[in-house]
Amino acid sequence: MSVPLEHDYIGLSDASRSSESSNISSDQNEPNNVFNLKATELSLGLPGFSKNVGATTKNFMLGAKRGFADVSGKWVLKGGSEAQLGVNGGFEKSQTLTPDVKPVEDKKKGSGNENGSAQPSAKAQVVGWPPIRSFRKNTMAANSSKNADVTEGSLAAGGCLFVKVSMDGAPYLRKIDLKTNHNYAELSKALEKMFSCFTLGNGVKGREGLSESNLKDLLHGSECVLTYEDKDGDWMLVGDVPWEMFIDSCKRLRIMKGSEAIGLAPRSTEKCKNKI
Amino acid sequence: MDPNPKRPKTVDRVDSVEVVNSSESTQLLCSIDPNRKRAKTVDRVDSAESTQFPDEVLERVLSLIDSHKDRSSVSLVCKDWYNAERWSRRHVFIGNCYSVSPEIVAARFPRIRSVTIKGKPRFSDFNLVPEDWGADIYPWLSVFALAYPFLEELRLKRMAVSDESLEFLATKFCNFKALSLLSCDGFSTDGLKAIATHCKNLTELDIQENGIDDLGGHWLSCFPETLTSLEVLNFASLNSEVSFDALEKLVSRCKSLKVLKVNRNISLDQLQKLLSHCPQLMELGTGAFTQELISGPVTEFKNMFSNCRNLITLSGLWDATPLYLPVIYPACARLTFLNLSYATLRSDELANLLSHCKSLRRLWLLDTVGDKGLEAVGSCCPFLEELRVFPAHPFDQQIFLGVTESGFVSVSRGCPRLRYVLYFCRQMTNAAVAAIAKNCPDFTHFRLCIMNPGQPDYLTKEPMDEAFGSIVKTCTKLQRLAISGLLTDRTFEYIGKYSKNLETLSVAFAGSSDLGMEYVLQGCPKLRKLEIRDCPFGNAALLSGLTKYESMRSLWMSACNVSMNACRALAKEKPRLNVEVIRDEDGADDSQAHKVYVYRTVAGPRRDAPPFVLTL
Repeated sequence: MSVPLEHDYIGLSDASRSSESSNISSDQNEPNNVFNLKATELSLGLPGFSKNVGATTKNFMLGAKRGFADVSGKWVLKGGSEAQLGVNGGFEKSQTLTPDVKPVEDKKKGSGNENGSAQPSAKAQVVGWPPIRSFRKNTMAANSSKNADVTEGSLAAGGCLFVKVSMDGAPYLRKIDLKTNHNYAELSKALEKMFSCFTLGNGVKGREGLSESNLKDLLHGSECVLTYEDKDGDWMLVGDVPWEMFIDSCKRLRIMKGSEAIGLAPRSTEKCKNKI
Repeated sequence: MDPNPKRPKTVDRVDSVEVVNSSESTQLLCSIDPNRKRAKTVDRVDSAESTQFPDEVLERVLSLIDSHKDRSSVSLVCKDWYNAERWSRRHVFIGNCYSVSPEIVAARFPRIRSVTIKGKPRFSDFNLVPEDWGADIYPWLSVFALAYPFLEELRLKRMAVSDESLEFLATKFCNFKALSLLSCDGFSTDGLKAIATHCKNLTELDIQENGIDDLGGHWLSCFPETLTSLEVLNFASLNSEVSFDALEKLVSRCKSLKVLKVNRNISLDQLQKLLSHCPQLMELGTGAFTQELISGPVTEFKNMFSNCRNLITLSGLWDATPLYLPVIYPACARLTFLNLSYATLRSDELANLLSHCKSLRRLWLLDTVGDKGLEAVGSCCPFLEELRVFPAHPFDQQIFLGVTESGFVSVSRGCPRLRYVLYFCRQMTNAAVAAIAKNCPDFTHFRLCIMNPGQPDYLTKEPMDEAFGSIVKTCTKLQRLAISGLLTDRTFEYIGKYSKNLETLSVAFAGSSDLGMEYVLQGCPKLRKLEIRDCPFGNAALLSGLTKYESMRSLWMSACNVSMNACRALAKEKPRLNVEVIRDEDGADDSQAHKVYVYRTVAGPRRDAPPFVLTL
């Protein structure tokens, strides 16, 4: 049985994830079935949305933050003010709500979510479960990225993590050390530097003229999509999961451009701004 | 100020002496010392009536009693004993900081030198309690500054400790010696600076797994060169680098150092230097156990370890590799506690190591050792009493490694003396747990965490009820139980019926109806702490414990099915309980109580509750 734990998720996979969760919880007690039906209702909303739009973003940020926070070890429960954690970046996408969570709130089983109204997401990300103290959680997260170094066969000493980066249309690939970057912003910058010679001049004046958001616009705007291949061989969108988790599972990077990229990029540039 | 406030002579002292002479009391005094013959005490009563048990003698006798449970019993005997006990008590243990107020403590116990306080509910360790919930140590310190200016020891668990509090502690208590902070939060390394700087007689600084704001390692350099009294130094969970020079000097001049646990930044070379200064160590926590090249020969390092003849506890061993692990082999035979829970060892590496550790009583591991590693545990450590297996990748469902039921069974076969187990796994069966219970009937603490909530027996697909049933039926000494997996009310029926000694029960994602919780509340005569999350227990369940909660320390229920009205009803019926509801962030549904914390108290409702905590 698959573990109903995800640090983070995007709207696209919502439906599949919800049905996964409902399968899991149908093994559990009855009260779950009620909210699982709700959870499996398809919508463009993201798990964790509640009735109140205002609460939605908060809940969602809670949900998003949880994954990130698990790795970063910092748990902040105040919803609104912590926007800078920014993992919510991808969520501006859609404000459609999954119908509700209200009746679900009465059946708390299996939610594990301290924010009662975010029940459907709870299957995916259970707060405080398994019960492990923050110090150990953080240490393990750091360890697992270290182990990734070794398993990837890259240089173990000094902690490098070189992965291949390909860009559509470029004549050759590059390699980038994920370890020298500490967050997505730095990665974007590094990639931009690497591939600047290949980028078209659209709106790109020159290095000096580029601000951070422009860099990201370039890479994450409608022109380009940054993807990575994870341990399972799946191509994933960069930016969804906490940084530590990303470098743990990333095996190579690919900057998609041109026709393939159209329609795939997250519409909102805020996502990039908010990414840590 | 007088460090030993004299006990005022009681007016009715002569009378009270006679009261003490009554045969009842003398018999009770006998019961404390089973060796005293009855006949003798009768003689004593008959003779010298005027000198029977003057207060000082009684106090002297009672001062030998350490256990706070025994002391509680003693204080209930009669008024005189109550007084003698309160004057002779040096250490007070407060299991729930809100169950009593600092003023009440200070009024009752005038001569306290050592305090232990626990604050937040345990689930706060797993982020279920919002920040700023409370449990601030400061109000306690300000009362203690007046009542116990000669306070020597402070041990805190899950308390909110600010830098200001630490500074207050360091400056207002001239004789302060020992500070232990476990799972606390709210302070930074600046607070540690204050402690290091001002506590001239410091013997213990034990900082473990706190939510600390690590601003750098300069605090360690704040220990004055005149400080030589340190016996315990534990900064393993701090991330910043300290000055090795300052540390080396500190270790060299503190000849009584018994416990040294350094952080990851201390290299093997540095560790070797440290050990050369303190071969008398009893407990060592190493830094990173990996290095490109250590500067001297490995044999020299090995000798260092064999020189540590008193070493019985070893921890740290971060990133330990087979290359350097052998240096500890010379010390292994004497080890009774080995904490490998930060060393990602494989089964063969562990097996090699354990073959040297015949005396182990306590072992903490990461599940990277796998079932094979646990087989090695079973075959190498026959005296093992405690085993904790932590998950290396608790949140990663892609990984199918870790340990399973078979590893646990292997250990139970080889280690019949197991008393304490904490086991994280991804699969378990009823049959395996039944076998484990049969092999190890002496369990006092059984904490099994099947990491997927609500997962059944993976072979039979049945609930895990029979597993825990077999534990509670066979292990009659069980004091603490944490359950997991797919569980129906039947589990609770078993628990309520069979666990006569159970004191702490942790429940998550379990149960089918109110009955579950009711079984537990109606059974389990010694239950003190009950913590429940994500279970379908509702108002009937909550209220079924009406008569029980006052005999317990606390109850926690979150993400269950309890309404505010039921909580209010409970609060109304039981004024000596504090019934607190932690409000949900978005306040979506005000009629449901998402997080309920109920505890007995003599201090009345909290006066420092933040806005999201409603006291009913």
